[in-house]
Amino acid sequence: MISTLDALGARRFGGIEPVDCCTNARPRDWRCVFPVIFAVTLAAGIWPVHAQSAKQNTAPDTIEQRLLACAMCHGEQGEGLRGNEYYPRLAGKPAGYLFNQLYRFRETYRKHEMMSYMLRFLSDDYLREMAEYYSRLRPPYPPPTSAPEDLLSRGKKLATKGDPSREIPACTACHGEKLTGMEPAIPGLIGLRLRYISSQMGAWKTGGREAHSPDCMGQIASRLTADDISAISAWLAAQPASSDTLPLPANSLKLPMKCGGVQ
Amino acid sequence: MKFRLPVAYVALTIIFISGFAARDAVSAGPKPKPGQSEFEARGEYLTTMGDCIACHTVRGGKPFAGGLELPTPFGKLYAPNITPDFETGIGGWTSEEFWRAMHQGRRRDGSFLYPAFPFNNYTKVTREDVNAIYAYLLSLEPVNNPNRKNEMRFPFNQRELLVGWRTLYFREGEFKPDPKESAEWNRGAYLVDGLGHCNACHANRNLLGAVAEDDVSGGLIPVQNWFAPSLDSHTETGLGGWELDEIVELLKTGVSDRAAVFGPMTPVVAHSLQYATDSDLRAMAVYLKTQAERAPPPGPTQMKPGVARITQLMTKGKEIYDKLCIDCHKENGKGVPRAYPHLAGNRSILMEFPINPIRMTLVGGFPPSTKGNPRPYGMPPFGHVLNDEEVASVVTYIRRSWGNKAHPVSPSEVNNARGVPID
Repeated sequence: MISTLDALGARRFGGIEPVDCCTNARPRDWRCVFPVIFAVTLAAGIWPVHAQSAKQNTAPDTIEQRLLACAMCHGEQGEGLRGNEYYPRLAGKPAGYLFNQLYRFRETYRKHEMMSYMLRFLSDDYLREMAEYYSRLRPPYPPPTSAPEDLLSRGKKLATKGDPSREIPACTACHGEKLTGMEPAIPGLIGLRLRYISSQMGAWKTGGREAHSPDCMGQIASRLTADDISAISAWLAAQPASSDTLPLPANSLKLPMKCGGVQ
Repeated sequence: MKFRLPVAYVALTIIFISGFAARDAVSAGPKPKPGQSEFEARGEYLTTMGDCIACHTVRGGKPFAGGLELPTPFGKLYAPNITPDFETGIGGWTSEEFWRAMHQGRRRDGSFLYPAFPFNNYTKVTREDVNAIYAYLLSLEPVNNPNRKNEMRFPFNQRELLVGWRTLYFREGEFKPDPKESAEWNRGAYLVDGLGHCNACHANRNLLGAVAEDDVSGGLIPVQNWFAPSLDSHTETGLGGWELDEIVELLKTGVSDRAAVFGPMTPVVAHSLQYATDSDLRAMAVYLKTQAERAPPPGPTQMKPGVARITQLMTKGKEIYDKLCIDCHKENGKGVPRAYPHLAGNRSILMEFPINPIRMTLVGGFPPSTKGNPRPYGMPPFGHVLNDEEVASVVTYIRRSWGNKAHPVSPSEVNNARGVPID
């Protein structure tokens, strides 16, 4: 555009002597007024920007302010709602895992009407920002819950040793010995409530929840019985969080099976 | 000689300004993508303005491949595949057949299309624009996705009977510009009443699902159960009091100093209006602001609670407001521009049908991510923490505070709104 204008200017106005308005002693001279109009015309395009930034009543331009809508269920620090066991902890889970979940909710691959509704018209970039935000938070963990001893011992065996005879790997094989998950996309399992864990494993078993193909959690859940799921969930919910709650660095574990979407 | 220089400056200034204007027009208009002709690019823009993708795409599915369930009070329809697949899409259609669908509401075999396809709006679209849309759709990747059979109840499954509906409600014909109005107004009318098919929602449908052709007086959207507000100049609820820029900003970014879009308007902004040129949005705003006031559609029968009951709702409502709402919407109900809509004098809240403020309180939500507002502020759902009485109280409170003077809301109205699917 500029070059066209230059060319036009050169062709049509070439040879016009420049007028020096700064030093010209006659301010009312036509030649001085027009550059002013010219300048005002240009400035007018910039003006509203300044007018807007001067507004007093603005909301803090922070991600936590923007995501207050999520805090109602997941807590202000993504700690999950106390007193209601269902809303999961988001804080400290790897950003890749959180983004995968947000994306899958938005596209309705993961089923939860409210989550799909909330995210439906939000961009990938915004979902990524949300995921990174929650992955950075470190609120305290809730106290572990208790369960009958026999349930816990059965759960512990499955979660830490698996059951090779049924091709069930241990939870710790992928989620880490301290159950904190692994970057970039394997979630931590501590700080979740019994009801949430068991309903997710149940959903995987019945096909209500799926992950990227190959869906290793789906395969594992299909080999678990309802009693296995109760035991594992009870044991996981009973584990106190260690002081070191960070997910393991990427590739620190060799996964026992092929899993989609975790690299 | 004295006047030559001023003339030169005037000319230069005009050229400079028009240069900007021309650049804006070009940059905001449809730019062909690699491998796309200018005509196809224009068709893509018009297809976006018509928001065709909204009905002709299932979530997580291929664009325009159809299959979306469209529940109506008369049964279920499934939007067809409009990709150029020869077997299951419109690959075999001639431009004449496509024109006939858009202009006359007829299927390829000549039988009648259901008016869920807004051909009573699309009939206003010019032949050239329809041809551009056709060219764009045919330039897409074909997707083989067989159309699903509609599940309309008897007698609505008899397409021949639509002849009666068409006689009563369908006026075939391209848009005729009104010579008394400006080109901008006419462009706005063309988009609002034609491709934009705004009154598919923003008008009250009669018992046979019909709306008057330029009626934008608002109405309850069947099945979805959100109330599409009137767009006419009604002093309380219309756009009469809005500045043009505010209307343009809301349509373009999803938020403005006054309002944020929610419910079924969210996808309209997300899929369609955010991509409209500024001049088209302005034209729509200019046209909408001139729409004559119509009587609002009749509201539901209001319960007439006694003074004591209203006081009870208001007291409880204030308690809840001060606890849950006040941080964002503020003590004076004025909210925060572009983040938290004001509630004082807000047309969506004051409408006779209280369904919108009830449902917003129950489900919350985010306006769409748009270029102008990529990271919208959101509102939490409260449906799981407030019971019907509490929701009725807080909605009554916001409908009757800060000078608002709308009907109180009853717990049973809240209860009715709970069963509605949200997504």
